[in-house]
Amino acid sequence: MLDTFLPDTLMLSRIQFAANISFHILFPTITIALCWFLFYFKLRFDLSGDQVWMRAYRFWVKIFALTFALGVVSGITMSFQFGTNWPGFMETVGNIAGPLLGYEVLTAFFLEATFLGIMLFGMHRVPQWLHTVSALIVALGTSLSAFWILALNSWMQTPAGHEMRDGVAYPIDWLAIIFNPSFPYRLSHMLLASAITAAFLVAGISAYRILRGDQKRAPKLTLKIAITVACVLMPLQVFVGDLHGLNTLEHQPQKVAAMEGAWQTEKGVPLLVFAIPDEEQRTNHFEVAIPNLASLILTHDPQGEIKGLDEFKGQHPPVAPVFYAFRIMVGLGFLMLIIAMLSRYKLWRADTLPSWLLKVLVAMSFSGWVATLAGWYVTEIGRQPYLVSGILTVEQAATDIAPANVGFTLALYLTVYSALLIAYLHTVFVMARRAIEVEEIPDTQSIETITQKELEVAHV
Amino acid sequence: MFDPDSLALIFAGLTALAVLLYAILDGYDLGVGILLPLATEHDQQADIMIASIGPFWDANETWLVLAVGLLLIAFPSAHNIILQALYIPAAIMLVGLIMRGVAFDFRAKAAFSHKPTWNRVFKAGSILTAFTQGYMLGMYVMGFTTTIEAYLFACLAGVGVIAAYAFIGACWLVMKTEHDLQKQAVRWAQKAGWACFAGVVLVSVVNPIINPDVLNRWFSWPYAMLMLPLPLICFALFVVIEHLLKRMPLANDAMSWMPFAGVVTIFFLSFYGLAFSFYPYVVPGKVTIWQAMSAPESLRFLLYGALVVIPVILAYTAFSYRVFWGKVRELRYY
Repeated sequence: MLDTFLPDTLMLSRIQFAANISFHILFPTITIALCWFLFYFKLRFDLSGDQVWMRAYRFWVKIFALTFALGVVSGITMSFQFGTNWPGFMETVGNIAGPLLGYEVLTAFFLEATFLGIMLFGMHRVPQWLHTVSALIVALGTSLSAFWILALNSWMQTPAGHEMRDGVAYPIDWLAIIFNPSFPYRLSHMLLASAITAAFLVAGISAYRILRGDQKRAPKLTLKIAITVACVLMPLQVFVGDLHGLNTLEHQPQKVAAMEGAWQTEKGVPLLVFAIPDEEQRTNHFEVAIPNLASLILTHDPQGEIKGLDEFKGQHPPVAPVFYAFRIMVGLGFLMLIIAMLSRYKLWRADTLPSWLLKVLVAMSFSGWVATLAGWYVTEIGRQPYLVSGILTVEQAATDIAPANVGFTLALYLTVYSALLIAYLHTVFVMARRAIEVEEIPDTQSIETITQKELEVAHV
Repeated sequence: MFDPDSLALIFAGLTALAVLLYAILDGYDLGVGILLPLATEHDQQADIMIASIGPFWDANETWLVLAVGLLLIAFPSAHNIILQALYIPAAIMLVGLIMRGVAFDFRAKAAFSHKPTWNRVFKAGSILTAFTQGYMLGMYVMGFTTTIEAYLFACLAGVGVIAAYAFIGACWLVMKTEHDLQKQAVRWAQKAGWACFAGVVLVSVVNPIINPDVLNRWFSWPYAMLMLPLPLICFALFVVIEHLLKRMPLANDAMSWMPFAGVVTIFFLSFYGLAFSFYPYVVPGKVTIWQAMSAPESLRFLLYGALVVIPVILAYTAFSYRVFWGKVRELRYY
C-alpha cells in the first residue's frame, strides 16, 4: 500500500546511492592529502626539534582522526550497497570489479587502519622515527586506496582489457584494466582535488584561529603552508583538468557535449559562461557565450569541431545537472585559485593577512568539498545512462527489492548523514576554539612536559 | 596453477577466516561498548575501557569489510541473495556501526558537556550492531524463511550474540585492566558467560532440528567424529573459565589472559561447528560454493596478491598488538 506513494525502487536506489557516495567522498577527500600534511609536520619536527611543528601535528592529527572515522563508517555502507541495491553490477562486471575492490581492502585498508592506531596513540610506545614512518605508511595507504578505487571507477568510465562472454565481462589483461585510458587523468585530478581541499581546510581553520585571537606560531605557520600548497597545486590542477577534458572528449564525447551544452555538432563552438539547458526543446536559453573558446580549449583550434548531443540521442546523460555541476566546479576552482594567489601575495608583502581575507578563507574552509562533489557529479551523471560505459545500464543493474524497503533505508541514511555532517562541522570548529585556549609551550621544554590544560585537551 | 574447484575451496576458507577473525576482534571491542557504564561517576572507567580498544577498533572492523568483500568478489550471486534477504537488518547494523565508530571519536573531541551523550551513542551503537549481527546469523541458519518461528529464533540469536560479545569483551577487560575495573570486568564476564552458554546451547539444539541436512551431518558416521567433540570441549571451556573467574584476580595478575584465550577458543569451535554444518553451501540448502563462484581467472589474480599480502597483514597486526601490549594506559593523541 505504501508502495503507491513512493517513487520506484530504481529511483530510490539511485538517490540512496548518490547520497551515500556523496557523503562518503567528503571524508577521504580530506584524509588522502591531510595525512601527507601530517607526515610533513612530523618530519619537520624530527629534523628541527622545533615545538611549533609538533603543535601543528597534534592539532591536525585530531581532526584527521575524526575525519578518518567518518570515512571508514560511511565507506562500509558503500560496500554493502553493491549487493543490496545493484546486484546486476557484480553479476555483469564482478569479475573485473571484484579483484580491484579486493586489492583495495587487502593492500590499503588494513595498512591504514593498523598503522593509524600507532600514529594516533603510539607516539610514546615506539621510537620517534618509527612513529614518523607510521604516519608515512598511513599516508601511503590512503593514496593506495585512492589508486584502486579510481582504477575501478575509471574502468567503469572507459572499460578496457576485458572480453564479453554471454553478457558477462571476463578479464584478459589486468594491466590494461587497471591502467585504462582515463585512469591516469582521473587519479591525478582526484589526488590534486584532495590536496587542494585539505589545503583550504587547513588555511580556513588556521585563519579562524587567528581571527579569534590566537597569537601562537602554529596557526600562522599552517596558514602559510596551506596557502603555498594551494598556490602551487591550483594551476597544476587547471592543467590536469584540461588534459582530463581532452581525454573525456576522446572517449566519452557525449559527456563533453553535455558539459558544454552543445546540442548540435558544430565548428567554432563558443564557451557558455551561463545558460539554461532545455532538454525538451533541445536548446539553451539565456546563453552568455564567449565565441570559439570551447573549440579552442577542447581541440586547440578556434574553428575545431565538437560533436553535439544530437549524435547521441537516447544515449547521452541528462544535460542540465552535468552542465551546471561543471560550471560550479570550474567557477569555484578559479575563485580558489584567485584567493590562494592573493593570500600568498599578501603574506609575501606583510607576513600577515588582513582580517577580511582571513574571513574569506574561513568561509572557504570547505570549498574543496563543493568543487570536488560538483566534479564527481559531472563525471558520474555524465556516464548515464550507463553504469559501465557501453556494457551495463543503470537500469539493468538495479535490484527488485520492494520500494518501501529502499525508502526506509534511504530515510534512515539521510537522517544519520545529516546529523553526522552537522556534528562534524560543529566539532571541527569546537576543536579550533579549544586549541586557542591552550598555552604555548616555551621552545626550551621537551615534548614530555606539557601543561595541565593541554593534557585535558589532548585527552581522549 | 589453481583449478576452479580448489579456488572455490580456498576462497570459501578465506571468507570463513575473515568472518571468524571479525567476530573475535570486533566482538571484543563491541563487547566493551556493550558493557560501557553510563553513569557520570564511572566516567573514568568508561575512558579506560574505550582506551583499551582505541588503537584496534578500526583495523578490527576492516575484517568485516574483507569478509563481505570476499563474499562479493568470490561468490557474487550468493552475496546478492544473502544481502537482499537481509536488506533491512543489514542497514540497521550499518547504522549501529556508524553510531559506534563516530561516537568513539566525537566523545573525545566534541564539547565536554556532550560526552555522556556520545557515550550513550557508543553503547547503543554497539548493542544494535551485535543484535543485528546475531539476528542475521539466526536468519541465515533458518535458511531465510519468513515464518514467525524464524523471526523469533533470529531475535534470540541476536540476544545470544550480544551476550557472546559482552563475554569476550569482559574477558578482554580482565586481561587489559587493573584494580576496581578489573574486578568489575570479572563480574561482567561471569554473568555474560552464563548468557553466552545458554545462547550456544540454544543454537546447537535448534540448528539440527530445523535443518535435516545438518542433523544428518552431525549424527552420521564419519562426520559425527568431527562434530560431536565440539560441544564437549566447549562445555569444558565454559566450566574452566567460570572456575577461573570465581578466583580472579589472582596474585600478580596471574592467568589474566586465560579467560580471553578460552573465549576465543569457544568462538573458534562454535564457528567451526556452524561452518561445517552448512559446507559446501554458501546459501544454506540452495547454492553451493561452486555454483556461486566467479571467474577463475579473476580469483587467481586476487589470490596471488592475497598470498603475499595476508601474511604481511598478520605480521603488522601482531606488531601493533605488541606495541600496545600490557595494561591499558590513558590514550593521548601524541
